[in-house]
Amino acid sequence: MTRNALPVWAEIVLLPLANIVLAFLAVGVIVVMIGVNPFEALKLLVLGALGSKESIGYTLYYATNFTFTGLAVAVAFHAGLFNIGGEGQAYIGGLGCGLAVLALDSILPGWLLIPIAIVAAALFGAAWAAVPAWHIVITTIMFNFVASALMVYLLVNVLIAPRSMTPQSRGFGVAGQLPSMPGSALNLSIVLAALCCVGVWVFLWRTPTGYALRTMGHNPDAALYAGTDLKRMTMLAMCLSGALAGFVGVNELLGVHHRIVLDFSAGYGFAGIAVALMGRNHPAGIALAALLFGALQQGGAELAFDIPGMTREMVVVIQGLIILFSGALVQLPRPWLQAVFARGR
Amino acid sequence: MQPLTRTSPALELCAVDKSFGAVHAVRAVSLRIAKSAITGIVGENGAGKSTLMSIVYGLFQADGGDILIDGKEVRIASPCDAIAHGIGMVHQHFMLVETFTVLENLVLGAEGGPLLAKGLAAARAELARLARDYGLAIDPDALVADLSVGEQQRVEILKVLFRGARILILDEPSAVLTPQETDQLFRILRALTAEGVAVVLITHKLREVMAATDTVYVMRQGELVAERRTADTNPEELAELMVGRKVLLSLDKEAPQRGQVRLRAEGLSLTDGQGVAVLDGINLELRAGEIVGIAGVSGNGQSELLQVLAGIRKPTGGRLTVCGRVLDVDRPVDPAEMRALGVAHVPEDRRRQGMVGAFRASETAILGYQAEPPFSRNHLLDLPAAFSHCADLMARFDVRPRAPGLPSAHFSGGNQQKLILAREMARKPKVLLVGQPTRGVDIGAIEFIHRQLVQARDEGCAVLVISAELDEILALADRILVMFEGRIAGEVEAGRAHERSLGLLMAGATLS
Repeated sequence: MTRNALPVWAEIVLLPLANIVLAFLAVGVIVVMIGVNPFEALKLLVLGALGSKESIGYTLYYATNFTFTGLAVAVAFHAGLFNIGGEGQAYIGGLGCGLAVLALDSILPGWLLIPIAIVAAALFGAAWAAVPAWHIVITTIMFNFVASALMVYLLVNVLIAPRSMTPQSRGFGVAGQLPSMPGSALNLSIVLAALCCVGVWVFLWRTPTGYALRTMGHNPDAALYAGTDLKRMTMLAMCLSGALAGFVGVNELLGVHHRIVLDFSAGYGFAGIAVALMGRNHPAGIALAALLFGALQQGGAELAFDIPGMTREMVVVIQGLIILFSGALVQLPRPWLQAVFARGR
Repeated sequence: MQPLTRTSPALELCAVDKSFGAVHAVRAVSLRIAKSAITGIVGENGAGKSTLMSIVYGLFQADGGDILIDGKEVRIASPCDAIAHGIGMVHQHFMLVETFTVLENLVLGAEGGPLLAKGLAAARAELARLARDYGLAIDPDALVADLSVGEQQRVEILKVLFRGARILILDEPSAVLTPQETDQLFRILRALTAEGVAVVLITHKLREVMAATDTVYVMRQGELVAERRTADTNPEELAELMVGRKVLLSLDKEAPQRGQVRLRAEGLSLTDGQGVAVLDGINLELRAGEIVGIAGVSGNGQSELLQVLAGIRKPTGGRLTVCGRVLDVDRPVDPAEMRALGVAHVPEDRRRQGMVGAFRASETAILGYQAEPPFSRNHLLDLPAAFSHCADLMARFDVRPRAPGLPSAHFSGGNQQKLILAREMARKPKVLLVGQPTRGVDIGAIEFIHRQLVQARDEGCAVLVISAELDEILALADRILVMFEGRIAGEVEAGRAHERSLGLLMAGATLS
C-alpha cells in the first residue's frame, strides 16, 4: 500500500519538475567547477533550445524522436517487459521505410508513398522486436548489434548509391520526402508522434486489449486467469513497441536525411528508456520529457558551440545528470512532496 | 495465571490514532501487551488490527498517541527501529527468498560482516540453540522452496527470534496452515511465552483465540471495543463484539434440488514438468443445484484440479464435459472459453490471480469480462459502465468502502473476496468454481459469502467448493469428495459426514 499517494497531476508533472530542478542544481555545481558562469551557461542553453524559430524547430525535431522511443519503452513496460532494443528497432524501422521509398518513389505520388513508408517502418521495427519476443533467449539488446552490422553491410555492399564512396543510399525522390520547416529539421513526423501519444493512451487505458496488456504487466497470473494468452500478448506488446521505435526512421530519413544513412538512430533508443522513466510511462509525461530531452539536445549543442570550456562531452554529462535524477533518483523528492500534500489536506 | 494488568507490560499503546485520507483506520486505541503471555487481537477485516500492528512495527506512523516498551516511551519510525526495540513481526504473506536456504534467509539483513561464512556459522549455532530451546527444529540447509507452508512459517518465526525479538507479532498466522500445523504453531508460541516472550496474535478465527490466547482485545471499525480474559469469554460473545450484532455461526439450508449434469470429468489427469501425476484419473460429476465440496490436506491436487476445471492448466489426459461441450487433450480450453461456456471461477489466491492490486476496484470488477459488452463497445472500454457495474456489485455484496475508484489493494481481504465473488456471480454462471471461499475473511463476511453460495445453488447453479477448512466444507457442501495424492479418495453424502471419517480419507485411508 502506498502511504500517501500523490494526486495524478503531481505524479506526472510536479515530481518530474522537482527532479529537473535538483538535476540543474547538481549541474550548476559542476559548471562552476569547470570555471563557467552557471547562469550564463543556463541562459545559452535555454536560448539555444528556444531562442529562435529555428532552434525551437530543432528542439521539436529531437523531441519527436524521443517521443517515439519513449512510447516504445512505455508500451513494453506496461506489459511487464523491458525493451532495451529500441536502438535496433529504430534503425531497422528506418531501413523499412527507406526501402519502401527507394522501391516506389518513381511510381507513386507522395500522399500514397508516405503512408506506405510509415507502415513499412512500423512493420520492420515490429519484426525486429518480434524475434526476441518469440525467443526469449535472444534478447532485444543483442538485436541492436545485429541491426548495426546489417545496416553497415547493406549500405556498403547493396544499397550504396552508384559511383559513390560514402556508405549511403541514393537520395529519395520528392514523393518520399516529408515537408519540413525551412532552416530547421522539424518535419511532419511530429504530427505522427502526437498521434502516437494519443493512440498509445487510448490503447492502454481505453481498450480491452490494453487493459489485458496492463493486467499482464502487473500480474501475469491474473492475466492468465482472465483468459489472456500470455505469449500472444507478449508478442503484441513487443511488436507495438518495436513499431513505435521504428518511427524514428520516419522522422530521420523521410524528414531529414532523405536517404538511408548510417547511425541515424544513435542514442535515441536508449534515451527512450530515460524518457519513459521520466514521463512515468504515461504518454503525456513522455511528451513533456521528450520536449525536455529535445531541448537539452539542441541547447546542449549550442552550448558546446558557444563556450569553449563546455565540450560536447560536458553536455553529455549534463544530460546524464538529468537522466540520473529523473531515473535512478526519481523517488528522491517524493517524501517532500507528500509532506506538502499531507499538510494541505 | 497472574493478573496480567499488574505486571509491567512489554508493550503499551496510549491513544494511538491513524487516518488514511478520509478513512479513520485506528481511533485512539490504548492497550497493554503482557510479557510471557499470548494476547489476541481480533476484529473483522478492516477493523484496524493490522494497521495498529503495522504502526507498532514502524510500517506506518501514527498520527497521534504514544508507544511504550517496557514502560519507556519510544519512537518507531521504521521496521529497523522496531527490530532494535525487540519487536518482531511474522506477516501473513511470507517474506522469504525461496531460492535461498533456511540459514541464508535467517541471516538476510543481519549478515554480520562483509564475508558470509562467519555470519552463517554464528547463525547455525544460534539456530541450533533456538531449535533446542523452543522446539523449533528445522534443517538449516534446506531450500525454502522445498519446505511446507508450516515449515516456512517456522522459518519466519526463527528469523524474528534470531534478531532478538522479545515481542512477537503474528498477523493471521494460521491462514495458510492445516489444523495440525496450527496446533504445532500454538505449541511453539506457548514455549516462547515460557521464555518471557510477549506474543501478539492477530486473527479473526475465534476457535484459535479461545485455544491459544490469555487475553483478547476486540477491535471494531478502528476502535477497541472490549478487553476480555480468554477464560471469561466465549466465541459467541466475541463474534457479537466483533461484528456488533448477533452472528449465526451455523448455516441453514434446504436439501438440494439436483438438476442435470453441468460438469463431468472422466479420468482427468495432469502430469507436471517433473513427470509427477498431480491429478490421477479424476472422475467427478457436478449437477445443477448442488454444492460439491472438495476436501483434503493442502497439496493433494485440489489447486491443480481447480485450475484444470477453470481452463488455466491443460490436462494431460482424460476428458472434461462442460455444459454439453466435450474437451480433452486434443481440444483443450482456455479460461476465456470456459467463461463463455458459463463457468465462473473464484480463484484460490485472490491477490495473485483474482485481481490486480494496482488497478482500481472498478477495473478489477471487469477482469476477465473486459472484452464483453457493456464494458467493451466498438473495441473501446466503457469505463463509466465498469464504474457503475462495480458500484452495483459493491452495494449488492456489501463491499466496504463503497469506492470503485480506490486501488484494489487498498481493500481488506474479505472485501476483495466479496468483490471477486460478486464479479463472478454477476453473470448468473451455470457452473461456479470457488477456491478457498473464505480464506483470510472475517466472520461477518464468511456468513455472507456462504449464504451467497447457497443462494446461487438454490437458483440452479452448479457449485464446486475447494477449501482447506473442513468446517466450511461441512457447512456448505451437499456432497463431499476427499482428495488424496491426486485422486478422489472417497465420496461422502453431506448429512452422513463426520469430521473423523473425513479425516481418515484425507489421510489416505479407504472407507470400507
